[in-house]
Order: sequence, then C-alpha cells, then structure tokens
Amino acid sequence: MTDVNHPPQHPENPAVAEGAELSTADREQKLSFAELADSGHAAAQLRTDVEPVLTVEDLKMWFPVRSSGLVRRTIGHVQAVDGISFQVPRGGSLGLVGESGCGKSTTGRLITRLYTPTAGSMRFGEKQVDLATMSNRELKPIRRDVQMIFQDPYTSLNPRHTVGAIIGAPLEVHKVVPKNKVLPRVQELLEIVGLNPEHYNRYPNEFSGGQRQRIGIARALTLNPKLLVADEPVSALDVSIQAQVINLLQELQAEFDIAFLFIAHDLAVVRHFCPEVAVMYLGKIVEIADRDSIYGHAHHPYTQALLSAVPDIKSAGHGRRERIRLEGDVPSPINPPSGCRFRTRCPLAQEICAKVEPPLLQIGPRHKVACHFAGEIGRHPATPVTAGLLGVDKQGSPDPGTTPQPVGTNPGYDKEWFDLDSQQMVSA
Amino acid sequence: MTEPFLVVEDLTVKFPTEDGLVNAVTELSYSVEQGRTLGIVGESGSGKSVSSMAVLGLHDARTARITGSIKVGGQEVVGLGESKLRKLRGREVAMIFQDALAALHPFYKVGSQLAEAYLVHHPSASKRDARRKAIEMLDRVGIPQPDRRVDDFPHQFSGGMRQRAMIAMGLINDPKLLIADEPTTALDVTVQAQILDLLQDLQREFDSAVIIITHDLGVIAEMADDILVMYGGRGVEHGPAKEVLTRPLMPYTWGLLSSVPDVAGDTAAKLVPIPGNPPSLLDPPSGCAFHPRCAHVGKVQGNLCSTTLPRLEPGPSGPGHLTRCHLSDPAAVFETEVLPVIAPDLLEES
Repeated sequence: MTDVNHPPQHPENPAVAEGAELSTADREQKLSFAELADSGHAAAQLRTDVEPVLTVEDLKMWFPVRSSGLVRRTIGHVQAVDGISFQVPRGGSLGLVGESGCGKSTTGRLITRLYTPTAGSMRFGEKQVDLATMSNRELKPIRRDVQMIFQDPYTSLNPRHTVGAIIGAPLEVHKVVPKNKVLPRVQELLEIVGLNPEHYNRYPNEFSGGQRQRIGIARALTLNPKLLVADEPVSALDVSIQAQVINLLQELQAEFDIAFLFIAHDLAVVRHFCPEVAVMYLGKIVEIADRDSIYGHAHHPYTQALLSAVPDIKSAGHGRRERIRLEGDVPSPINPPSGCRFRTRCPLAQEICAKVEPPLLQIGPRHKVACHFAGEIGRHPATPVTAGLLGVDKQGSPDPGTTPQPVGTNPGYDKEWFDLDSQQMVSA
Repeated sequence: MTEPFLVVEDLTVKFPTEDGLVNAVTELSYSVEQGRTLGIVGESGSGKSVSSMAVLGLHDARTARITGSIKVGGQEVVGLGESKLRKLRGREVAMIFQDALAALHPFYKVGSQLAEAYLVHHPSASKRDARRKAIEMLDRVGIPQPDRRVDDFPHQFSGGMRQRAMIAMGLINDPKLLIADEPTTALDVTVQAQILDLLQDLQREFDSAVIIITHDLGVIAEMADDILVMYGGRGVEHGPAKEVLTRPLMPYTWGLLSSVPDVAGDTAAKLVPIPGNPPSLLDPPSGCAFHPRCAHVGKVQGNLCSTTLPRLEPGPSGPGHLTRCHLSDPAAVFETEVLPVIAPDLLEES
C-alpha cells in the first residue's frame, strides 16, 4: 500500500520532486550510457601510505541490566561491544559488517560519543586526542570533525524545519560563519550533494527518500568533517537510488578527503565502498582485513558463513548453491558463551574453543583473524593453530611444556605476522 | 497442458485520491503454474505489492477500481464477494508479509493464531486437532521444541522464528499458491538464507505455485524460475530467470543490474546509477514510462519513446522473453555498451 500512502513524489506539488534534482538529473538525462558510466565509480582502492585518522583500542561498551522493583540493582551487563581495536586511515574507509545485535551500530555511536564507552580509547586526528575520556565541553570543537549519516532519511530530519535550517544549524551552533554567510554556504552544500540550491526553504516532506538522504549528507558535510560515521546510509533506499548515493559518497570522499566508518549489513555494498572490512560477532571483531582477504580468502568460519549466505545474481537458473548453514540464533550478549563467542554455532568448534578465547591474530600483511582453527574454506587445520602461542595444549588446558608468547595487540597491522602454514612469525 | 493455476490478465488497479487518480497497476498480465516460482522485481511504487494484493482480493472495493481478470484455479477473483473471497484466502492462496511482528497479533499465543487459521477452513475439526496441526507445522518450519514454543507469544520469538511462524500459518491449509511479499527483507543474511531454503523445500513438498516479490535481485536469482520486472505499474520485461538476468532486453533492467554491486564479481566493475526518481503514478510520463530516466533514448528514431508506449512483446531471444522497449536491437546494445562497464569479468568468460 506504500504506493497509495507515500507516492514517490510530493502529492501537493508533483513538480517539486522532479525539479528538486534539476541540476543533476536534467544534465544526466542528456547523457548517453557511456557518459553516464563515466560518472559511475568502480570499487574504492586501498591506500596504505596514509596515517590513521582514528585509532580505536580495546573499546568496550557494557550497558547495565537492572532488576525490576524498588531497589534497581544491576544484575548483569549487555556486552554490546567488548574490546575491539581497529584503525581508520585518513581519507579511507573501513567497513563494519555483522548481523543485527553484533554491536556495529553501538561502535558508531561510541565514536560519535553519543554513548560514553565503559573502557578503551579512541584516539582521533593529528593530535591523537582521546575521544573516550573527553567531557562534553572538550568534545564540542571535535564534533565538527566527526559527523554521522543516519539510516532512515524519514526520521532523521525534523519535519518542521526547512532544509536550509537543517543544513545551516551546525554552522550556527559552531559559529563558523557570520549569520549572513549561512545561506550561501547552505546553497553551496545543496549543490554539492546534487540538489537544487533554490530549494533551501522547502520542508523535508517535499523530497523523496533519496533526496532526503542527500539532505542528511549535506548536513553531515556542513563543517568539513574529517571522519564520517555512516550507519546503514543506503539500506532504506530503493535499488536505483542506492547507487546514486554510493556514487555521491565516493565523490565526496575523493574531493574532501573524508574518512568513513561505513556500517552496513549488505556485504556487496561494503565490498564496493570499503577497501578494508571488519566482521563483528557478538561484540567482538572476528576478522579484519583488506577487501581481497575478506572476500576472497576469509579464514574465519563466521565470515565464510556470512559470505556464503549472500544471494548471488549470477546464480540465476542454477538454483540455490550449497551454503554453510548456521544453526540457531545469535546467543544473548548478557551472558555470552565462554571462550570463543561463535563456538555455539560453529561447525568447527572443539574443546579448546570453550576454554580459551582465540586472540585476534595477524596472519598476513593486512589480515587478522580470531579463530583457533583459522583457514580457508575447506582447508581448516585439524589442530588449533593458536595452541603453541597461548601456552595451552590441543584441548585448551594449560600446558606447562610451552610458554605463552605475546600476541600483538596493535590496533593497526605489524610488519611481522604469524604464518599459518609454517607456524612461525614471518615478515614481508 | 492444463491452464496455469494463476492467470492474471489486463489487471488494472486505480485508487482515486484527493490529488487525482493513482494508476497503481496498468494492464498487467502474467501466469504461474503449480510447482513454479515467479519473481516480481521493482522499486517501491512500481505496483508489485498492489497487484499481488489484488490476487487475494485485499483491496477495499469502495476505494479501489479494479478491472481485468484474475483467475485462481479457474475461479474469477475480480468482483468476487467477500464471503467467497474468505474461502479462497488461506485455503487456496496464502500470503507471507515482510514484517512478521506486525502481521502476528501480539496478544495471542503463536499456537492459537495458527490453530485459528486452521479452524477457519476446517470448521468440523476440534480445538485439539487444530493445536496438534499447529505443533506439526511449527516443527515443519524448523522451530525447535514446537510443543513448548506453541504457547509462546510472538515477542518471545526471534525475528527469524517469527518469519517461520508466519510461513507455518500460511501453509497450514496447504494452499496451492503462496505469495511472499519481501519475505526476507528485514532479516539478516544468514537467517535470510535459512528462510529461503525453507521456502524452497516446502514448495517442493507441497508442489505449490509461489510468487516472490522483492527488490533484491540476488534473492530473485536464487529463487525464481521466471522473472517479471515492473516499472511505473506496468510489466516491462518478463521471461525465464536466467534469460532476464544474463541477457536482459529492457534498459530499466540494465539499470537495476548496474545499480547493485556484486559480492563476488570484478572490483573494476562500475556502479552506474539510474538518474532521477521513479515516476509519479498520479501523472505518469507519456510514452514509455522509463524514457525520462533512460540513457538510450537517443538510439530510437524521432521521439517515439516520449510519444508512444511500446508493447510488451517477444524480443529477439524467443517467444518466452517479453520486453517493452523501442530499441531495435537491445541485445547488441547490452553486450557492447552495458556489460563491459558493469561486469568486465563476464566478458572474458563468455
């Protein structure tokens, strides 16, 4: 019934939606397919030579669970994010994927400091200031640099404010331009995101879903941020509009050198947008690597199961492929499984998995995985690769014969890594 | 060969509103045989949901103007009275909705809702029989410990389990046609895979006809035997799934394919969006509804695209593959212009 209640264009004035994108749509209309294709973008490429704009280390967010009744004692914690470390390169993008409830959105909200983390550090920018411990007053100037794009373009814009007021609000809050310069800046931003600059005095309901998402992007761009947290920025949009917004984000990233933490559940979109990807499960990062390692050589059984579950357009007419079936549901983050959190659904799980938590071990130049039996699909080792490093035997009991070795906790990548085939440290 | 179980012919659905007549579906025709799956793809506002709701007679006769013909197992549905429609719904045709939490009643136990669906069509059955049937169906769709979970409320189920319960409710009377409207859109990929597997197993078991409505081309590719692409309330391309996805003939289908990144393909492939927005159903564009967004209008003589509506007729690849486009050789345009941009790796393979 969406057709009736929400016609794709504004009912009172059908011309609005068409005219709103005059600047781009009309221009593109005259384009042939070849010209249109030139405006499209291929998958983003990894740059390894840049320093990180954000370094997250051992970040935790535990939400207290309180008992009902008069004395509301804390009876447990939802361990939404439980000790994650990663880096986002300047002007680059890190994708954060996982199923609902894995903590990916919480991570985004921690970085924008909508939540105050329980523990850990988030060092940002050239001065490496720690976002985790700053007070709201100290944070205010930083908030210019870290902005957010939300999933739902219908609820994230105030329906009673004009587009000009929405996009101009950050300028007034941070007093970056004099009052009479606000409007020109708003119009400039509207043009940047492909909307008609003359439409600053219209209300959000006069725009379609894709156009509203562009307004949300313009608002995030207002203060020239260095880092954008994009939480499912395209999943509420129609397929053809999704591609428009992804291309827009890629253009903006290249033009303004913005780093993205790109949170999404759509593995194909993340593959296109992010040269590096982290896979989360129940509050932990289980695998983090560059695009080729994740999508071509995943070593964690959960990553492999996720990838095999994605329906593939090229499978047309062949029926459904064999896939790795995951049984059951994600366990409760209040009382997560001991050892490896994935073991309750893992096809490879053995005794050691319940006893010892696998460390996030670097196994390639830009590839880390947290699994005792890490290996490519169908080539998982029979004995735990981590036993020697952790000083335990194959069943996970302490082994007095071996000494535990320190496993790197660097949120970035080390020059040396643990080679799975030779079972020792190697370097490039 | 007998007549297909569902035959839709020249279906037109219009809704009068304050702002004018909304042309939700226009002259739509398709058919589905027993044991086959039809996938309907399109964006929001393309008429895919409205057309399938008409199959169940779910539109309010006072507000919707429906013309054309919908034959379910030989029986005409358009204009059928409410009491006869009620016999049809659930028994012959069942529907699975996108949002299982909204479709299940929060105050009643899952088991009693399933039992009620059974009792409506089996008035002589006892409550105990209905409960036994409900447990059997929950077991069939893979709910663990069904004899205990049957007494749970919907909020005690996870998202995937609710969707399973909905499927159980849809299949409890062995319908011959199952319409799944975005059945997995709100679910995670691993749960989506479980539900799609389940739907396919059940279809084989019951030999029912299935219509799956989605905007996800991947889901369509894995599930459907035939694909109907809808745009602006009309069918624009219709044919066997493999044909439509690998040798599409309509520029809108090309646009859909070039708008979605692939999880496994070449990373040099470009994402080429369709410019502009979906058309207004109040005031559809003249001629081909897609022409304002189409990048290939220049290849057609004169201004045919903006003046004349092309007919949905067989394309160059055979009588089973219909397309609605004025291009004289769409297959060649796709091969030489579109494919090299959106899937360079496929060229080398073929």
